[in-house]
Amino acid sequence: MISVRGLKKHYRVHKRPPGLKAALKSLFKREYTTVPAVDGIDFEIKPGERVGFLGPNGAGKTTTLKVLAGLLYPSEGEVRVDGHVPQKRDVEFLKKIMLVMGQKQQLLWDLPPADTFELNRAIYDVPKDEMKKRVDSLIELLQIGDVVNKPTRQLSLGERMKCELAAALVHGPKVLFLDEPTIGLDVSMQVVMRDFIRTYNQQFGATLILTSHYMDDVAALCPRVIVIDKGRLSYDGGLAELVQRVRPEKRVAFRLSAPVPLAQLEPLGKVVKNDAAEAVLQVPMDQVNAVVGKALASLPVKDLTVENPPLEEVMSELFSRSRAAEGKAA
Amino acid sequence: MTRTLRALPTLLRIGLAEAIAYRAEMLVWVLSTTMPFVMWVMWNAVSQAAPVVGQSGKAYGAGAFGAYFLSIFMVRQIVASWASWEMNFEVRQGTLAMRLLRPIHPIISYAMGHVAALPLRFFIAAPCAVALVLTSSDTLPKDWRIWALWVPCMVGAWLVAFLSNIAVGTLCFFMESSLKVMEVWLVCLMVFSGYLIPLDLFPPVLRAVADVLPFRYQIGLPVEVMTGHYTVAEAARLIGIQWAWAFALLVIALASWRAGVKRFQAFGG
Repeated sequence: MISVRGLKKHYRVHKRPPGLKAALKSLFKREYTTVPAVDGIDFEIKPGERVGFLGPNGAGKTTTLKVLAGLLYPSEGEVRVDGHVPQKRDVEFLKKIMLVMGQKQQLLWDLPPADTFELNRAIYDVPKDEMKKRVDSLIELLQIGDVVNKPTRQLSLGERMKCELAAALVHGPKVLFLDEPTIGLDVSMQVVMRDFIRTYNQQFGATLILTSHYMDDVAALCPRVIVIDKGRLSYDGGLAELVQRVRPEKRVAFRLSAPVPLAQLEPLGKVVKNDAAEAVLQVPMDQVNAVVGKALASLPVKDLTVENPPLEEVMSELFSRSRAAEGKAA
Repeated sequence: MTRTLRALPTLLRIGLAEAIAYRAEMLVWVLSTTMPFVMWVMWNAVSQAAPVVGQSGKAYGAGAFGAYFLSIFMVRQIVASWASWEMNFEVRQGTLAMRLLRPIHPIISYAMGHVAALPLRFFIAAPCAVALVLTSSDTLPKDWRIWALWVPCMVGAWLVAFLSNIAVGTLCFFMESSLKVMEVWLVCLMVFSGYLIPLDLFPPVLRAVADVLPFRYQIGLPVEVMTGHYTVAEAARLIGIQWAWAFALLVIALASWRAGVKRFQAFGG
């Protein structure tokens, strides 16, 4: 479905230090620098896959997404989406895709979302009866029946994002690019959006590419992740495998019936938390069984859970290692 | 193309709904375009002080200036374009991305927004049309063929206005902002279109310059046609030149767009 070979996108940026002198100098002589936003990445995505693009700010995730959507022209490399070259922006290509950006909108500001749905129906040439069925289904799934006839400017952020997603799906795209779709939404709204996106993928087999700084989005939606850092691909594979590779440990959380001194916990593993009600240890994967056995024998344990370390920590460690490796190489 | 044509009624309906949502702003904008009435008063005073005769030999009195500037106001309302401002805003904010993602050329969608606002603009221009007929009917052409030519002349004027906006607007792909370029364009429009001074009153050298620029074909020509300056043959010839300008501006706008959109950086996440 999606094929990327040797993709590079370099920006030529005017570089100017602050201050009046620099501003005046730049009137006559400008200095430019080349920023390699994407610096040679390759990957393939099959139809129906859900893939997360992860990386720190400025890694090149959104740039890659925009190249795939045909908004940006690559500096080098070859990109194909369902056989189309995105930059040609063929009508058939544009009818198959949609890019939803959390910080941009396509809803008409002064008109109700229902008008934007109708506008998209006309532009994408969706038959009216098919449109009605699809919009009714979207309205039900996203619970936006009360708001589709109110002017967009009067909607809350959460309502607007749900309507934005509905507008993006009116034409039934086969490929959905989601750039931070849950940004700024409260926790319950994030859950609604994730559930909806997963259901859409499962019902219609749409290919999904998501960028998000919320690891809960990635954990809930993306069995496969592509990690981009400084424009280069540093990992492409299963999320679970990534976690094992970066942090091959488990978090064992004990709910306690009485406080336990630190000295009693330290021999079992790295203590992440210790309070009157709970103790959390970080333990190498191959030692989990032994540690659980010892803890049950020696600690007042009421309950326990074994989990992967938080994805935020895993990613943070991954990026730190990448920075450190870069520093060494330099 | 068929798909775009099928989408037009909906595009126009939604565009009109958007234009009506901005009705208060539109009235304020109309107030800012009342310079023709100021010029009418000024030229009236000039014609009372001394005879005003154009290069064509036509004498301009109160009636002629009244007909001329009422027509200027009407034509200006109908052919107005704001595409350059829209484009600059959308490129700088990155929101042009949303237009580029849709399977309809952005220039067509800008055009439909303009066409959709025409009913409101006709509504604003209508009182001037009524005033023109009531006060200056003797200066208006009696030959129906002139009025038949006036329709494509107005369409040509709209195209020149819109496409010049698009062409100047696309410069924002190559520079920080093309709004200042648009302001310079507007100053030239004010002078060389006949908006402030009838071109017939220009000195010959300036008139010759005005004749080779596109500005007069945006406002001056439709006004001159509807105020009886030309014979049918002369009007047809000038309308031919006007449409040649529209075609040239279309070619320039499309070429500039194609080159510019490759540089679009879709700012923002």
